[in-house]
Amino acid sequence: MQKIGVFVCWCGSNIAATVDVKAVAESAYDIPGVVYATNYQYMCSENGQSLIKNAVKEYGLTGIVVASCSPRMHEATFRKTAQAAGLNPYMVEIANIREQCSWVHKDMDTATAKAKVLLRTAVSKLTLDQPLTAGTSPVTKRALVIGGGIAGIQTALDIADAGYKVDIVEKKPTIGGKMAQLDKTFPTLDCAACILTPKMVDVSANENINIYSYSEVESVSGFVGNFDVKIRRKARYVKEDLCTGCGSCMAKCPSKKALNEFNMGLNTRTAIYIPFAQAIPNVAVIDPQSCIKLKTGKCGLCQKICEAKAIDYEQKDEIIEEKYGAIVAATGYNPIKLDKFGELGYDLYPDVITSLEYERLMNAAGPTKGHVLRPSDGKEPKRIIFVQCVGSRGQSCRDKSYCSKICCMYTAKHAMMTKDHYPDTDVKVFYIDVRTPGKNFDEFYRRAVEEYGVEYIKGQVGKIYEEDGQLKVQGSDLLANKQLTLDADLVVLAVAIEPDETARKVATMLTASMDTNDFFTEAHAKLRPVESPTAGVFLSGVCQGPKDVPETVSQASAAAAKVIGLLSKDELTGNPCVAHADPLLCNGCSQCANVCPYGAITYVEEEVRGVGVREVRRFARVNEAVCQGCGACTVTCPSGAMDLKGFTNRQIMAEVDAICK
Amino acid sequence: MAENYKEITSEILRISGANPTKCMQCGKCSGTCPAYSAMEYHPHQFAYLIRSGNVEELLKSDASLYCLSCFACSERCPRGVQPAKLIEAVRLQILREQDGDAIKPEDIPCLLDENLPQQALVSAFRKYRK
Repeated sequence: MQKIGVFVCWCGSNIAATVDVKAVAESAYDIPGVVYATNYQYMCSENGQSLIKNAVKEYGLTGIVVASCSPRMHEATFRKTAQAAGLNPYMVEIANIREQCSWVHKDMDTATAKAKVLLRTAVSKLTLDQPLTAGTSPVTKRALVIGGGIAGIQTALDIADAGYKVDIVEKKPTIGGKMAQLDKTFPTLDCAACILTPKMVDVSANENINIYSYSEVESVSGFVGNFDVKIRRKARYVKEDLCTGCGSCMAKCPSKKALNEFNMGLNTRTAIYIPFAQAIPNVAVIDPQSCIKLKTGKCGLCQKICEAKAIDYEQKDEIIEEKYGAIVAATGYNPIKLDKFGELGYDLYPDVITSLEYERLMNAAGPTKGHVLRPSDGKEPKRIIFVQCVGSRGQSCRDKSYCSKICCMYTAKHAMMTKDHYPDTDVKVFYIDVRTPGKNFDEFYRRAVEEYGVEYIKGQVGKIYEEDGQLKVQGSDLLANKQLTLDADLVVLAVAIEPDETARKVATMLTASMDTNDFFTEAHAKLRPVESPTAGVFLSGVCQGPKDVPETVSQASAAAAKVIGLLSKDELTGNPCVAHADPLLCNGCSQCANVCPYGAITYVEEEVRGVGVREVRRFARVNEAVCQGCGACTVTCPSGAMDLKGFTNRQIMAEVDAICK
Repeated sequence: MAENYKEITSEILRISGANPTKCMQCGKCSGTCPAYSAMEYHPHQFAYLIRSGNVEELLKSDASLYCLSCFACSERCPRGVQPAKLIEAVRLQILREQDGDAIKPEDIPCLLDENLPQQALVSAFRKYRK
């Protein structure tokens, strides 16, 4: 029989004003097993905790119930107190008589009666508590960053600076991501390449960082501190260690008609190419879709010309296996496709372009060397119309429900830069709301209006069409209560952004949760914003939600700090409240393994010995280091073989019985 | 009087089955409307005025009769507000209030007017309240 101590907290007047704490404490003596009960003003205070410790020693208590606030608040505190007094920390139960009682009731009699029931319930559970010990597991001191954009780069640099090894897996031939494609960055208008490329060089030079470019994560198994990851290194047909990036292959390649992805398809590139001048690694790659040698077997010009002997047409995909302690998702974003926005004519008219395309047109390293020339005839546009919120903030099937966050600012940037370079250009912006929260952001937008004379029109564009070769934009001006039909030489659509298409695949492999928009979900929006609910998985950049560059870098560093915190530990203490399967009861149906969100359950075939049983059976086994104690398996198990330590079926039933008594 | 318009507003909402509180006044409907210049009030104003209960002006105006029922506004509305249904509901409300009774078939020929949108005529046939 246990010797149970009961400690009723007043929480100042939070509890004591509504609950007769003295009566509640006295009622505890009527419950079997309770040998000591008391009440105190602040049980969590130094004095309150000493009171508990002394009582444990004096009365030889085997477990304690603290009737106080929510266990979310102080369960950890009282577990530590119990441990300090020599008890197993899991022999502590909290009766929540604040959030679930005093705060929701006004009448003292009712509240006191309920507090007594809650106390009785906690004691009943404690009677069946077993001492639990958390297991430990070692930590592999190496981190994996999935995605090599500015988010992944910053996270990797920070982890590497702390002295840990980091691998970046980037699916494209170079790191750099979207930021490498940008011209200027708001609100300071510094050149994106000037601030990004030094960081890319740092990554390349850092001996703790290893880049797997043109590679994708193939599979992930294991758990926090001990992930096993398979990485597919796609065949680039160029030996990375030999290629010097001299570019003579690109000069000679006869296949020149592939669309240049880096320039958003605004010009073409050769079949063997380096995406852009500052690419890291500065190594060529052959696009097998357009390479004449790979398609027909004839050509081989690049191989002949390559002095480094780096070209290898026989190269195959390669799978490498690596162990990691922590994984950071930094999978980034893409602009949405516009095939469902027929009224905007993006697919019909070459002079209707997206903002990212405009970014390339403005970029000195872009297809027009930084001169804004419209795609149809290469002429300088004199009337440019920007359209905001294309695909953002909508509820129809083609829209994203969220605000893409960056468009207001980059549109203001584009409008301002256009006016700056071409002062006689007429620049108009159709907007629904201009949202500029951020340091120096609203000032930036106002500058576009006040200093540069950009005309903002409140209203949305209904349709874009061509009449006698002239692009027409029809939209409403809500403030003037007019419908406008404007002639435009170039229309730039501020397109919504969405998570990269690989994000869901990555999340599935990591068992990391996602929202309905395929953004990774954080463990807690405010208190754990850079961690996934899955232990050991961290989030960096837009894969978690729309962000601009400053926010992305902040989050990337925050994620790195969390990774460093994890990797600095030699071993991890688990949560002992985990599931376990009784091999004698398990019927091997696999339902628990199917519902387990963490992949913690495997099936084994082993000899089972019990009363009158001795045979080889297939039964479930829980990996306690992976199990997060969610309990999904226990409610799924049809034979009652699955149980959660610390929350066993018997304990739950004992609680229900105590309430119904 | 105000109380009366409150009832009429809820009746318009009931008939339309649309939810103008979803409207964020982006103006896409009015930007796309081909009958814009003919209408005294425009699709986004129907959403705004019905949401705020100011239907009196809408009922006095002939704006709803000029709607072509092309449904471009409903099709392109990013919030799924269905302005076309709101306009149709206002039109029905106007038609119902004038007589409070069904139109007589023998009266139809003299009602035919080249300028009257066919939709309004068709709507007139279904103006039974119960």
